Amino acid sequence: MRVGAWEAFFLVVRRELCLSFRRPEQLFQPLVFFLIVTTLFPLGLSLQLSALRDIAPGVLWVAALLSSLLSLDSLFKSDADDGTLEQLALSGQGLTLIVVAKTCAHWLVTGLALVIVSPIVGIALSIPTHAFATMMLSLALGTLTLSWLGAIGAGLTIGLRRGNVLLSLIVLPLATPLLIFGAAATDRAISETSTAGAVYFLAALCVFTCTLAPWAATAALRITLE
Amino acid sequence: MTSDFWSMGGYARYVWPCYGIAGAVLAWNLWAAGRYLGAAKVRAARALAMASSEAR
Amino acid sequence: MWTWFYKLASPPYVYGVAAAFVPWLLGFAALAIGYGLVAGLGIAPADYQQGEAFRMIYVHVPGALLSLTVYTVMAVASGIALIWRIKVGHAVAAASAPIGASFAILALITGSLWGKPMWGTYWAWDPRLTSELILLFLYVGVMSLRSAFEDPLRGDRAAALLAVVGVVNVPIVHFSVVWWNSLHQGATIVKLGAPSMPGSMLWPLLSMWLGFMLFFGAVLCMRLQAEVLNRERQASWVREAIK
Repeated sequence: MRVGAWEAFFLVVRRELCLSFRRPEQLFQPLVFFLIVTTLFPLGLSLQLSALRDIAPGVLWVAALLSSLLSLDSLFKSDADDGTLEQLALSGQGLTLIVVAKTCAHWLVTGLALVIVSPIVGIALSIPTHAFATMMLSLALGTLTLSWLGAIGAGLTIGLRRGNVLLSLIVLPLATPLLIFGAAATDRAISETSTAGAVYFLAALCVFTCTLAPWAATAALRITLE
Repeated sequence: MTSDFWSMGGYARYVWPCYGIAGAVLAWNLWAAGRYLGAAKVRAARALAMASSEAR
Repeated sequence: MWTWFYKLASPPYVYGVAAAFVPWLLGFAALAIGYGLVAGLGIAPADYQQGEAFRMIYVHVPGALLSLTVYTVMAVASGIALIWRIKVGHAVAAASAPIGASFAILALITGSLWGKPMWGTYWAWDPRLTSELILLFLYVGVMSLRSAFEDPLRGDRAAALLAVVGVVNVPIVHFSVVWWNSLHQGATIVKLGAPSMPGSMLWPLLSMWLGFMLFFGAVLCMRLQAEVLNRERQASWVREAIK
C-alpha cells in the first residue's frame, strides 16, 4: 500500500508524539531541569532584583540550551537501539523525510514546551512582563534551531560510549550565535529598545539551519547506520 | 641599541613570551609529527610481520 | 590532463609524494620565517601608536590566518572524502586537525598577550575572539569525534561531516570585524584593495605567513604519511615504503 510523503510525515510525527506521551516523565525532566537551573543562579548569586534583571536573559538562554541538550538523547537513541531506525531507513520513504518528521515532533515536545514554561522562569528571574512576547518568540526560534543542530549531533553520536558529552561538545560551539542573539533580543526587550535586529538574525539563523540541517542530519544517520 | 631591542620599548614581557610560545608551537608540531610517524611505521612493520608469519 | 588528480587518490602515491616534499617544505619554511624574524624584529620601524608592541603581529597574524586556512583544508578534504569516498581525504583531514588546533591556540594566546598592553585586558568577549575560540572548540570536537568510534572508517566519516558543518564558522571569524563593532582591528591584508600597511612592515609579515604555510605543509606531509600508513597497514606497498 503506497503511502504518500505527507501521509508518511504525519504518521511519523504521530508515532513520535504517542511514544513521548506514553512516558510523560521523560517529557517533564528537561522542563524541571530548566526550572531548577534558572533558580540556581539567583540563589547562588543572591542578587538584588535590578541586578537579576541584568543577568536574566543570559541565564534563561544558558538554561534553555542545557536542557535542550539533555532532551536530545531521546531523538534517535531508542529507535536505534531496537532497530526501528534501520527499518525506517529501509522503508522506501526518504530518510530525510523521516528525519524532518522526527525532529519536528521532538521540537514540539521539548522546544515548544520550553517556550510555554518560560513565563514562569521569566517571573523567577524578574524579567518584566512586557518583554515576555519577545522572550518567547526568541526561545521558539532558538529551540527550533537547536533541535536541528542537535539532530546533526545526535545522528553522529548514536551508540557511542559517552555520546552525551560528545554531543554537547559538538552542539554547543555551533549554538553560541543562538545564545548571543537570543540573549541580546531578550535584553533589548527588557530595556525596551528595538529588538528587530536580534530577532531577525535569530530568524535568519533558524531558516538557514532548517534548510541545510536536514541533509546534514540524514548524512550523519547514514554514516552511523551503515 | 641591543638593550633597546631586548626591552622592546618596555613591552618585553609581552613580546618575548609571544615569540616563545610561537616557537614552542612550531617545535611541538615538528616533534609530535615525527613521533606520530615513527609510531605508525613501527605499527605497520609489526602488522606486516604478523601477517607474513600467519601466512606461513 | 587530470591524471595527477586521480593519482592523488592513491595512498602509495600520496605517501611517496609527501615523504619527498617534507625536506623542501621545511627548508623554504625556515628561510621565509628566518627572513621574517630578522626583518620584523630588526628592520621594520616601530609603530606610531603601538610602539614596539606591534611586533607581536609577526606571530599572531600568521597563526590566526593559518588556523583558518587549515580548517578550510580540513573541511575541503573531508568534503572530498565524503562525496567521492576517497579515503586519502580522510587522511588529510585527520592529519590537519591537530596542526590547526595548535595554531588556533597560538593565535588566542599571542592575541591575549597583545591585548593586555593595547586594550588593557587579556580577554574580551568580542566577535572575533569569540568566534576564534569556537573554532578551537570545533577542532577539538572533530578530533574527539574521530577517536570516539571503534570503527576507524565510521569515525573518519563522522568527523568529516562535523568538519564540513563547522566550516560555516570560518567566514564568521574573518568577517566578524566587518559585521560587528569589534574591539579587534579590521582587515589589513586579506581584503579587497591595497593592504593598509607600509611595505617595511608588510613584507616581513607576508614572509612569516608564507613561512608558516610552508611549515604547515611540511608537518601535514609528515602526519599524512602516518595517517596513510595507519589506514593501509595490510597493503602490499607498505612493505617497500617503510624500509
